[in-house]
Amino acid sequence: MDIMPSPLRENSAPPFLPLLVVEGVTLEYHAPGRVVRATQNVSFDVWEGDRFMLLGASGCGKSTLLKAVGGFIPPREGRILLDGQPIHGPGPDRVVVFQEFDQLPPWKTVRENVAFPLRASGGVSSSEAKERADYFIEKVGLARFADAYPNTLSGGMKQRVAIARALAMEPRVLLMDEPFAALDALTRRKMQEELLALWEEVRFTLLFVTHSIEEALVVGNRIALLSPHPGRMRAEINSHEWDLKSGGSPQFQAAANRIHRLLFEEAEATNGAGDE
Amino acid sequence: MEPAMSEALHNRLEPEARHAPPVRPEYERPLEQLAETTSSQALPLHRRLWQRGWLRKTLILLCLALLWEITARLQANPLLLPPFSAAIKALVEDTLSGVIPARAVNSLDVLIKGYAAGVVLAFVLTSVAVSTQIGRDLLSTLTSMLNPLPPIALLPLALLWFGLGQASLVFVLIHSVLWPLALNMYTGFTGVPETLRMAGRNYGLRGLRYVLLILVPAALPSIIAGLRIGWAFAWRTLIAAELVFGASSGRGGLGWYIFQNRNELYTDRVFAGLIMVILFGLLVENLLFRELEKRTVVKWGMTR
Repeated sequence: MDIMPSPLRENSAPPFLPLLVVEGVTLEYHAPGRVVRATQNVSFDVWEGDRFMLLGASGCGKSTLLKAVGGFIPPREGRILLDGQPIHGPGPDRVVVFQEFDQLPPWKTVRENVAFPLRASGGVSSSEAKERADYFIEKVGLARFADAYPNTLSGGMKQRVAIARALAMEPRVLLMDEPFAALDALTRRKMQEELLALWEEVRFTLLFVTHSIEEALVVGNRIALLSPHPGRMRAEINSHEWDLKSGGSPQFQAAANRIHRLLFEEAEATNGAGDE
Repeated sequence: MEPAMSEALHNRLEPEARHAPPVRPEYERPLEQLAETTSSQALPLHRRLWQRGWLRKTLILLCLALLWEITARLQANPLLLPPFSAAIKALVEDTLSGVIPARAVNSLDVLIKGYAAGVVLAFVLTSVAVSTQIGRDLLSTLTSMLNPLPPIALLPLALLWFGLGQASLVFVLIHSVLWPLALNMYTGFTGVPETLRMAGRNYGLRGLRYVLLILVPAALPSIIAGLRIGWAFAWRTLIAAELVFGASSGRGGLGWYIFQNRNELYTDRVFAGLIMVILFGLLVENLLFRELEKRTVVKWGMTR
């Protein structure tokens, strides 16, 4: 399994445009009595086939940013373009896999959970929806559980259903909001492997939010680092050379340390300045 | 005492004084074969019967009936308290003669009309409340104002507006169903997890389809609770209203049956009417709502 994409971006200018453009996006949300700025002037481009990671400590607005791309939060400033068109509200072309297990309607079986959005977002006959659902349920290894209700599944299995559901909708970009953060370490590792295997097969475009440096390096091919309070761009780093096997190597450690330094040194410096 | 204690504490805290665990040899071995699963042993018959909820409840009911029978016979005044057997006899007689079924049908006819109208109105009101701020304010103001108001208190007004007829009864029934149900529905809707809401909107669902396909099923435990409470309130209100103003255009219900027989001092028939009212309550609760729950929210793991 070779998950390293050709280093096309570095050498030759690609002849096509980025799939998703986030341009100078400032996000704010209303807390009781005040307005909180979640991100400030954030820009990045996601290209087709990217596994683009948004990495930062809690409070850097990475999840809010993902929800803005999902269309759930309108940007205060800046714009978000998909295929060159500004996005309007949530839609089936940007499907989100959330961290929480209650994202699956509990009143639908696994198969119905995957097939239902296909029917709801229109244009798919029920037999085709069922066929596509079965195909992707098989892909995430849950064929035996197609008729089970979500409450009988483990956390990892629920996340697999959510991934199958998202892939079945064939979105332009798949948005994942710390999808494995609520899983135990062993299951998380397995899910990362499976996600990469799926990407290898389906080649979807992924925008993935995480707070784990290791997960970002292993799963992503490019990582955007965000500094907290409010979230601002710190760096964009290539990580296509790392995969699940490169875990303990010194180069991998060096890359992890570099990210750690970028994320925390600057924060400490500003905090120190603030104290004086 | 003091030095001995501190010595013990010292021994516990000093690392060298503690026993180091022995270093044991490591091992690796192939996994054991899966053991044959033994099928669970069947429980003895009496234990299995005891696990049946309906059986235990029937037993309770039988005990209560027995208690009634004994009390009535000891007290020996059938005008005040006829024995259970007499009430059952009256119930069977009037059921066979067709009086009770006719009364019950009249009651149910009104009840279903009022209940259905109340449910529809509650749904409309809550749907407006979940989508707009002004709807929310309207719902909370109306429910806090009208929910504590006893439906019977509205009956004189209803009679004035709609006259002696079904319309007055339906009006008070709507009032008795609407507010508790709307309150429960609204609580259910607001309790739907944010993630599930976002997932629904992510499918591209909007407006009524969003409410029907996401919010209603997700809030079903609260909605069923509201339907239950609404049903009990409606049934109660209807019987009370019939007692107060009697037959509507010559077609009295069970409440009227009870009232009439009390006037004529057929106390056993009064009890027969009461038993009928109770039976309807039990039937709807156990067959309709329990079954509805079993097929939906219990199966989905949303409630136990």
